Amino acid sequence: MCARVSRLLEALKWLLGVWMTVVVIAAFFYAPTAQNLGQMSRIIYFHIPAAWVSVLAFAVCTAYSARFLKNRRTQDDAAASFSAELGLLFCVIATVSGSIFAKATWGSYWNWDPRETSIFVLLLIYGAYFALRSSVDDPTRRGSLAAVYGILAFITVPLLVFVAPRIPAVQSLHPDGPILATGGGLDMDGRMMTVFISSLLGFTGLYTWVFSLRLRAWRFIAALSNRQED
Amino acid sequence: MSSSNWAREALAVLAKDVRSEYRARYAFSAVLLFAVTALAVVSFSVSPYSLDADVQAAFLWIVLFFSAMMGLSRSFVREEEARTAMALRLTTAPEAVYMGKLMFNIALQVAVATVVVPLFLVLMDIAPAHPGLLVGVTLLGTLALASSSTIIAAIVSRANAKGAIFAVLAFPVTLPGLSSAIRATIAALRGAAGSGSGPAAGAAGDLRALAAYSVLMITSSLLLFDFVWDD
Amino acid sequence: MLGPAKRHGTFELTIDSVSKSYGARRVLRDVAARAVAGQVLVIAGPNGSGKSTLVKVIARLTRPTDGRVLWKLDGRTLPAADARRVVGMVSPDLTFYDELSAIENLRFFAQVRGLSAGPELAKSLLDRFGLGGRGRDLVGAYSSGMKQRLKYAFALMHDPPLLLLDEPTANLDERGVALVYDAIAQAGLSKCIVIATNEPEEVRLGDVIIQLGA
Repeated sequence: MCARVSRLLEALKWLLGVWMTVVVIAAFFYAPTAQNLGQMSRIIYFHIPAAWVSVLAFAVCTAYSARFLKNRRTQDDAAASFSAELGLLFCVIATVSGSIFAKATWGSYWNWDPRETSIFVLLLIYGAYFALRSSVDDPTRRGSLAAVYGILAFITVPLLVFVAPRIPAVQSLHPDGPILATGGGLDMDGRMMTVFISSLLGFTGLYTWVFSLRLRAWRFIAALSNRQED
Repeated sequence: MSSSNWAREALAVLAKDVRSEYRARYAFSAVLLFAVTALAVVSFSVSPYSLDADVQAAFLWIVLFFSAMMGLSRSFVREEEARTAMALRLTTAPEAVYMGKLMFNIALQVAVATVVVPLFLVLMDIAPAHPGLLVGVTLLGTLALASSSTIIAAIVSRANAKGAIFAVLAFPVTLPGLSSAIRATIAALRGAAGSGSGPAAGAAGDLRALAAYSVLMITSSLLLFDFVWDD
Repeated sequence: MLGPAKRHGTFELTIDSVSKSYGARRVLRDVAARAVAGQVLVIAGPNGSGKSTLVKVIARLTRPTDGRVLWKLDGRTLPAADARRVVGMVSPDLTFYDELSAIENLRFFAQVRGLSAGPELAKSLLDRFGLGGRGRDLVGAYSSGMKQRLKYAFALMHDPPLLLLDEPTANLDERGVALVYDAIAQAGLSKCIVIATNEPEEVRLGDVIIQLGA
């Protein structure tokens, strides 16, 4: 990789760090509080982006899974599992932050509100994905089985998003019910919107950066062990 | 390879599975025993009159779901454990293997539901408001359960833990089907859910959803099955 | 689409730089060979040298980590999906349905292979391999020698152009061994045969020999 590109990437990395710091500060000091939620509204700058990344990571995992099934390159299987790891992490963050928000505003940690149910099912899918991976010894078979499961689960996710909200006797507790993955639709003040979008970008950047680091490290180790073999 | 061939071959796989199962009778007995025990436990510990249609419907489908978890992996797991999978791979087209075992799972689950649902109605002392609808939901819901579980059973048969992770893997994927089934069952047990247009309207949507879900699952499974079955 | 009883044209097997690893463990390294109908390819080597693995790769039951296996019939390359018509295999890893009888097993495999043959085919195969009269017994009750003979009935029922024999005479008594050598001689006239073995008498049968192992 040529020196100029790697220097550019170095710069981007530092930019990301600065960006996120600014976002965090802005979330607490720059953005105004929402009408009925008060200070608790600040959670949207962290909770929603985390949820967004957990879904994005799932999509990326599915894409790499499909590529692995097509080309059988171990790198694609590794990439799928790394994306899933990050997805799981962000999913836990989203679930926990959501639960804290729920306790503070609605009085209980968990209500099976449709959004809560969706993120919980995503958590289950990630858990199942890793349970499957750890129960197969042969690496090629592990990759194939995990890939098939990932794709299958991804196909059913949209069904959940449309089906879950119709579960009877449960009204949505989420304010104004936007779809989990997108941030639009909230009635937001200009400053709130700025911080929100910036946070979304920052979280996505974080995910991309850690994912690429992980993949690079893996490639390095794989190349090293290949050379040792021959 | 023409599709009429594979239908005949799939039926051959089904017939073989049925014959093997008939001679050994493990899956059916174990599943039935589980389902009856679960129903008995619920009926014993809770006064049936204190349960709402919502809860009744949920219990029914919980029992049916876990019965499926007990019974539906057997068809594939047995091939791997008895080491007959190699012979099957050498002789049978993957599509025929999948369709044959899917049909077996559907048949098994329908057989279980045929025992469980009437027993459930008796133990819980329920006279369903719309028995025809209940039959329809049971059949379509069973189809949905079998459609989503069969490929997962195939995945599990190729992994180490076999039984333990089947439910873990199946639940998220089966959930949309289960939700629709439960909702329609509530309508069948209780009658109109206060919507005024009668249970038929709301439940028809759920039944359609179940059918669409089953088609989606079967189609995806057919496309993905080769990757699970081949080495 | 080939029917099962069609006479084979020229069948050609090519093993092209095949390597196979299970994770970090390298089992086969860069194996290459070629054989045609009428020839016998022998895979020799000590236990654990990868003979069975190579047989499975040739049967296209397993994908090699590197390289490929090619099947050609009359110059046309055949896809792996044709395995059920092309390959007849005998292997120690092959197991039949213990809860079904020998005839039921053979009838099932004939049906899923798309063969339209009736019960006479199963009976004649069983007779040929000395199992006549035992067709209705459950395979679970068979001795290991009888199971080995049944494997030959299984491998030859669809008259495949490629015959793969992993340890052809395992578990067999003198009569069984004689039957097998006779079957190999007969098949060798028109089929391409691959034998994986340790027995020197069998290694001698080979026109082409792959020697595995350090």
